[in-house]
Formats: sequence, C-alpha cells, structure tokens
Amino acid sequence: MNMKIKESKLLKIGLLVILVICTQLLTKITDTQFYLTQLTMSAYYALLVIGLTVVMGYAGQISLGHAGFFAIGGYLSAALTTHNLIALQAHPLVKGLGSVGMLVSGQDLYGEQLLVFAPWAACILAVLTAAGIAFVLGIPVLKLKGHYLAMATLGFGIIIFRIGLASEYFGEADGISEVPGLTLLPALGPLGSLSVSGDFGLRVENYYVAWGLLCVGLWLLLNLIDSRVGRALRAIHGSEEAAEAIGVDTARFKLNVFVLSAVYAAIAGVFLTHYNGGIGPSEASVMKSVRYVALVAVGGMANIWGTLIMGVGLTFLSLRGVFGSYDDAVFGSILILVMLFAPDGILSLNVKALFISKRTTDGH
Amino acid sequence: MTSTLFLQYLFAGITYGFIYAIVAIGFNIIYNTTGIINFAQGEFVMLGGMISITLLQVVPLPVAIALAVLITMLLGALIEIVFIRWLDSPSVLRMIIITIGLSILIREVARHIWGESIRSLPYFVGNEITTITIGSVRISPQVFWVIGVCGVMVLGLSLFFKITPIGREMRACSSNRTAAILCGINTRNMVTLSFMLSAGIGALAGCVMSPITYTQYDSGTSLAVKGFTVAILGGLGNSMGAVAAGLLLGILEAYSVAVVPLAFQDAISITILLIILFVRPHGIFGSSAAARLKEF
Repeated sequence: MNMKIKESKLLKIGLLVILVICTQLLTKITDTQFYLTQLTMSAYYALLVIGLTVVMGYAGQISLGHAGFFAIGGYLSAALTTHNLIALQAHPLVKGLGSVGMLVSGQDLYGEQLLVFAPWAACILAVLTAAGIAFVLGIPVLKLKGHYLAMATLGFGIIIFRIGLASEYFGEADGISEVPGLTLLPALGPLGSLSVSGDFGLRVENYYVAWGLLCVGLWLLLNLIDSRVGRALRAIHGSEEAAEAIGVDTARFKLNVFVLSAVYAAIAGVFLTHYNGGIGPSEASVMKSVRYVALVAVGGMANIWGTLIMGVGLTFLSLRGVFGSYDDAVFGSILILVMLFAPDGILSLNVKALFISKRTTDGH
Repeated sequence: MTSTLFLQYLFAGITYGFIYAIVAIGFNIIYNTTGIINFAQGEFVMLGGMISITLLQVVPLPVAIALAVLITMLLGALIEIVFIRWLDSPSVLRMIIITIGLSILIREVARHIWGESIRSLPYFVGNEITTITIGSVRISPQVFWVIGVCGVMVLGLSLFFKITPIGREMRACSSNRTAAILCGINTRNMVTLSFMLSAGIGALAGCVMSPITYTQYDSGTSLAVKGFTVAILGGLGNSMGAVAAGLLLGILEAYSVAVVPLAFQDAISITILLIILFVRPHGIFGSSAAARLKEF
C-alpha cells in the first residue's frame, strides 16, 4: 500500500518533470521562448500557493496574510543586497559579518565603493526572518478561529504592506530595484555560473531553477501530507476538539505548518525578487493575499496537485495580461463562483453529479 | 500639546470615531442575523458616496443622498439574494471567502465605472474654509453633520430594534434562529432585510463623510478593517459598545498623529485589533462566557 502511494507520487512528479522539459523544448522549437519568463514567475508563485494549501486545505486555517511573508522574504533580500554599508564599515557588527564572508564589496556605476550583503547571505537571513515572524505571529494568531483568524492575518498583511510603503529603507512607493542576481553555483570550468537573475541569456537556466525548486517543494509537501503530520492536520481540519481528544498536539501542528508555509512564501519572494531584479509594495498588497487564497480555493482546498495546476495556469494567464484591467475582478469572480458552486475545487466538479444532487434536493 | 490643539484633535477623533462606529454597527446587524461577518461592508460606504456624487449632477443634494442610500440598500438586498440566500448552512470559511470575493468584485466594478480618481460631495453647508468657532477651536460644520447624522442613526436603530415589530423579529432571529422560525418569522427575509439595513446606514455614512474624507473606489477596505476592529473592541453584536469603541479608536488614531508618522496610522488601528483579538476577543464590554457560546 505504502509502496503504491510512493510509486504513484514518484510517477506524477516524473510526469511533471517531463512536462516541464517538453514545454521548454516546445518554446524553443516554436521560437516562443518569451513565454519562459512568465512560466518562471508562475512557478515561484505556485511554490507559495502549494505551501498555503497545506495551511488552508489540510489544517483548515485561513490565512489572508501570505503576501506579507512573500514580501518579507523579497524585501529583506532586496534591501540587504542593495543598501550600502560602507558608512558603517567600522562598526564591529559589520566587520564581523564581513569576516565570515557574508558581505561583498564592489563598485557602483560611478566608481563609489560598495559594501553590501552577499545575495546568498541575504537570502538565508530573509527566509529565517520570515520563519521567525511566522512563529511569533502564529502562536497567538492560530488560537483564533473563523472570522477572527481571517481578520488577524489580513491585519498582519496590511501592516507589512504599510511598512513597505512608508519606510525609506524599503523604498516607499517605488520599492527596491537593481537587485543583484542570486548566485546558486559558482562558475565551473567551461560552465558559466548559475544565478537567479533576469539576465536575458539565463532565461532557460532560470526556468529550470524555478521549476526544479517547485518540484522539490512539491515532493516535500506531498511526503508531509502522507505522513503522520498530514493525518494529524486532516484531523484538525475535521474537528479540532476531536483531534485534541485523541492526542494530537493541535497548537504545535498548526504552528509548524504555518511556519513551513511562511518559509515557502519567503523563498518564493526571495527568488522572484532576484529574478525580477526588484520588488514593489504591490507584492505585499491585500489583493495578492486574496489572490493566493483564490488559487488554493479553485484548486480544491486540500488538493496540492489541483492548486499547482490552477496556480500555474491562472498566474501565467494573469502575467501574460490576458485578463487586462479585469485582472482583480477575474480573481474575485473566481473566488465567489468556486465557493458558491464548487467548494471542493473546479477539478472535483462532476457536472453530472451536480445535476443529480440538485434534482434530489428539489424533490425534498 | 496646547489645549487648542488637544481639542482640535479630539473633534477629528470623534468624527472618525462615529464613522467607524457606523461601519461596525453595519457588521453587527448582519452578524446578529446570520452569524457571518460581511467583509464587503466597507464597500457599501464607498458605494453610497460614489452614487450620490454621480446623482448630484442631475438632482439636488438631499435627493441625491436619499436616492444613493436607496440604491445601495437595493444592491445590498440583491447581493444577499443572489449570493447568500440560497446557500444551505455554509461553513464560516466559505462565507468569509464569498464576502471577500464580493468586496473585490464591488471594488472592481466601481473602478471601472468611476475610475481611480478621488471624488467628493460638496460641503453640505458653506465650503472647505467655513468654520464654526467654539472657544478657541475651529471646526468645519460638516463635522457636526457627520456627528449628528451618525448619532441619529445609532439612536434610530436602537429604537427600531426595540420598538418596531420587524426590529423585534430581527432580534429574535439573532438570539435563536430555530425558535424564531417556530414563531413563524421568515428568517430568510430577515437576513435580506439586515443586508439592506446595513447597506443603507453604510451608504448614508459614506455620503456625510465624503466631503471630509473623500471617496475613492478602494476606500472601503481600510474602513472595513477599522470598522471590524471597532466591532470586536465593543463586543461583536453590541451596537452601543461599537459607538464607545469607535470613539475610542477614532480619538486614539487622531492623537497618534502627534507621535507616529501619518503613513503608519493604519498600522496603529490594526495593531490594536491584533492585541484585542489576542487578549480580549470578546471585546472590552463583552463577557467571555457569552462569547464562548457564539460561533465565529
């Protein structure tokens, strides 16, 4: 039984990998490689959304603040790699960071000396900060239920948005731009270095980095939900009291998943920011959080594959500008329609069954 | 801070406090009859302002406001009938997501109709620089309009719920739905009515505040968050508590300008919301024993 689940999981991920490769080859053959940019970005957003699926679909806890974690990751990584520390050079803390190799020095366009965080160090710090904030926030917030939980997480999202918009360090309304690439592998012999950046020549590499990351994230989550933790989460979703009664440490499980999903969001934020070369306050807006919730809902709440398909598909269409100025309206409508007619997601919608059940309820 | 400045801030705080209280009461009315929080409550306020501004081009101000309130009430009823009425005991999560979706949809429709520009109604009496001097404090007459209209609304609502048969039926609905059904009350109609009522008071508040605070397609969101803060602070479902809590938040916010930059003003009320949710989720005036019996 267990072997079967494992095999089918591997098979599905294998199919996904093949699909990813085929898509890339297809764009090469048809000379439509410009699609790769949006596909890369969609993969990062999908990473956030599958993380949120575990919180919302499996543990049953709504979060309207995940854009906040995305923004914490992206903004911190961007700020640390662009703000010049040269004036603080003599500060013991800066010296200490420099001595462990977390800082890089260079020159800007005008020949000024630059001393900034190395992207890898900024990335780790950003993700750790997001995890820490999720942990501290999660302890009180996850005790709340229903409307209160929704409002509390929404409030957190708005605070992060406001901080990004109002503080000079995070670039106020302009956001942060000219973020350097995030080097994953140094140059080895004939192979060039591998880095996450918007460099035109690295488009194909970045596509594979994003989808590779997504596949790894997916693999980890699928294993998680098939494990003891996953069963505990589903028990919490069903009835928190019952789960508590059979010995599930509900508070701890909820908190752990919340932190995990925040880490997913922060990683997505960091990578996408380095890929785009910048981040703006709109990434932290409430509408983004709502959009992630919409994607989880349309994918079927407790359905990672469904969320993945819907997340990549809809985000890709949105990024391509298919919805035009009706972008937000489309996501709002999706939310309403899915929740009205298919609370278990579009993919679960069995049209025939829908009509039959309608008829039986009419007969009552 | 001089005493003049102190009083000046106080009046600003009271003005906003009443507006928050009206939004909070809007939340309460719907919560009381349905047990759901309507996240689109702030959008009713925006709609009231926007519709009256548009109507003002053809009809005089009082008529424009009356019509705007009426239209928003009809929209409230329409929303309830189309999206909520026929759902069979939906889960809280489902209702949250539906009302959030509705708020986005209303906002987007407003953006496509009225654009992203900031609009406002003219001052009811005089103009921007007309002031009434009380002692050393100068106050715009519009402030009195806001305080007066909101105060009358609060009084009118509490009378409505106490005296009129329909008001009593709505209260019966909120205290025990099954018993209300057994008494022959059409609870579904009461829910529709509660949406109309909260849309109506939201729209009226949106009209009187428009000259001071301006109206934009997305001004509903932050009002909803603050209104919700006030509703929780005063105890969910408690209208008098909402007024007290509204004034408290409004005044706190007004004085916070002296300490923190204006850009962080929203963050203040949200921090208060978070603290209240963590420490006293039943509000400052509510009892924890009663709160435990409610469904969130």
